[in-house]
Amino acid sequence: MRLVAENLGAERGGEAVFDGVNFALGPGGMLVVTGFNGSGKSTLLRVVAGLLPAREGSVRIEEAGDRFAGVADACHYLGHQNAMKPAMTVNENLEFWRSFHGDPDLDTADAIDAVGLEGVGHLPFGYLSTGQKRRISIAKLLVSHRPIWLLDEPTAGLDRASEGRVSRLIDSHRERGGIVVAATHLPLGVDNIDELRMGEC
Amino acid sequence: MLALYRRDLRLGLRAGGGALVGVLFFLAVVATIPFGIGPDLNLLARIGPAILWIGALLASLLGLDRLFQADRDDGSLDLMIVASDRHMLPLTVLAKCLAHWTGTVLPLVIASPLFGLLMNMEPLAIAATALTLLVGTPAITFLGAAGAAVAVALPRGGLLISVLILPLVIPILIFGVSASYGAAADPQPFLQPFFILCALTLLLAVVGPMAAAAALRWSAD
Repeated sequence: MRLVAENLGAERGGEAVFDGVNFALGPGGMLVVTGFNGSGKSTLLRVVAGLLPAREGSVRIEEAGDRFAGVADACHYLGHQNAMKPAMTVNENLEFWRSFHGDPDLDTADAIDAVGLEGVGHLPFGYLSTGQKRRISIAKLLVSHRPIWLLDEPTAGLDRASEGRVSRLIDSHRERGGIVVAATHLPLGVDNIDELRMGEC
Repeated sequence: MLALYRRDLRLGLRAGGGALVGVLFFLAVVATIPFGIGPDLNLLARIGPAILWIGALLASLLGLDRLFQADRDDGSLDLMIVASDRHMLPLTVLAKCLAHWTGTVLPLVIASPLFGLLMNMEPLAIAATALTLLVGTPAITFLGAAGAAVAVALPRGGLLISVLILPLVIPILIFGVSASYGAAADPQPFLQPFFILCALTLLLAVVGPMAAAAALRWSAD
């Protein structure tokens, strides 16, 4: 599978945020999007996920067969918010996304282990700390399989050890042929990456 | 879809869900009417179905602003839109509407026979009103979903939703009340307005979620 963007441009409130963005990622490929605040990192991810219309250009997947209906269908989108309900337990939250997203992968207990939070499954999500919430949100990527991960500041609020854990999760996803597009200004500690600097023309 | 229904229902019934608040508001509306119009039992019995309907209508508008707002605030709505190739967005909206109806409006329907007693209504009129509420209130929720989707990006959109959809729910109110009257007062028909009420609910079950999905799709920023 390949993720290809051609001459992509986007606008916010009628003003162009960026234009002429091109990239092509094959299996195992990773693109790190960097740039100053307001340079359009998050906007780029939202355009790729189909949450915002592109002003010009297009994003598509190639060589994917007919398993996926479109780019959005092949994507996990991890935004700034964690998309979890504070009133429900961690297990209930993850179980919900697992059955809603389909294509089940790890079960919830294994996914919670993978982000290093054994034993919090029975707690309401609202009881967790900021970093723990973020890690559970990352565990959400593991409970159902999508070949493309779109990560918006995945390590915001995480401690050093957890950052390393997230890097290893990203690596193992890429080893399975996955594609990652991450917007961040913190180094992720991952090798073999393409870098896209926004706001520098 | 079933998972979404169960999740929303669970959230609705847990603390802060507001199921009981709706019933209390309904009780407050119904209980203040007799104080306003005086202790004329015949008059109360005659206007009873209309009061129950108006009370249920207003109470069911109460929680509508949280229908999409909560999911938008925590980012769940984004993921539902990203997943719209797998789960058509109108179906996602429909599942949310049904969960909302079960969690916050169905308790109103169940409580309405009790409140009918406060209005000195005949058993037959009480039964007819509860039946028309059961059939008609889903239509209010489906319409309300469209209003909630339009107002989802606005701070304090709750009142706006009510103002937006109140004119549109008038037909539901008219046919609901006239069917309730028809069951109790003989010369008036019951079945005709009742069937039109059923038709309205079925129609809005399609149109409401589709309109809401279209509004949600372009409210993303």
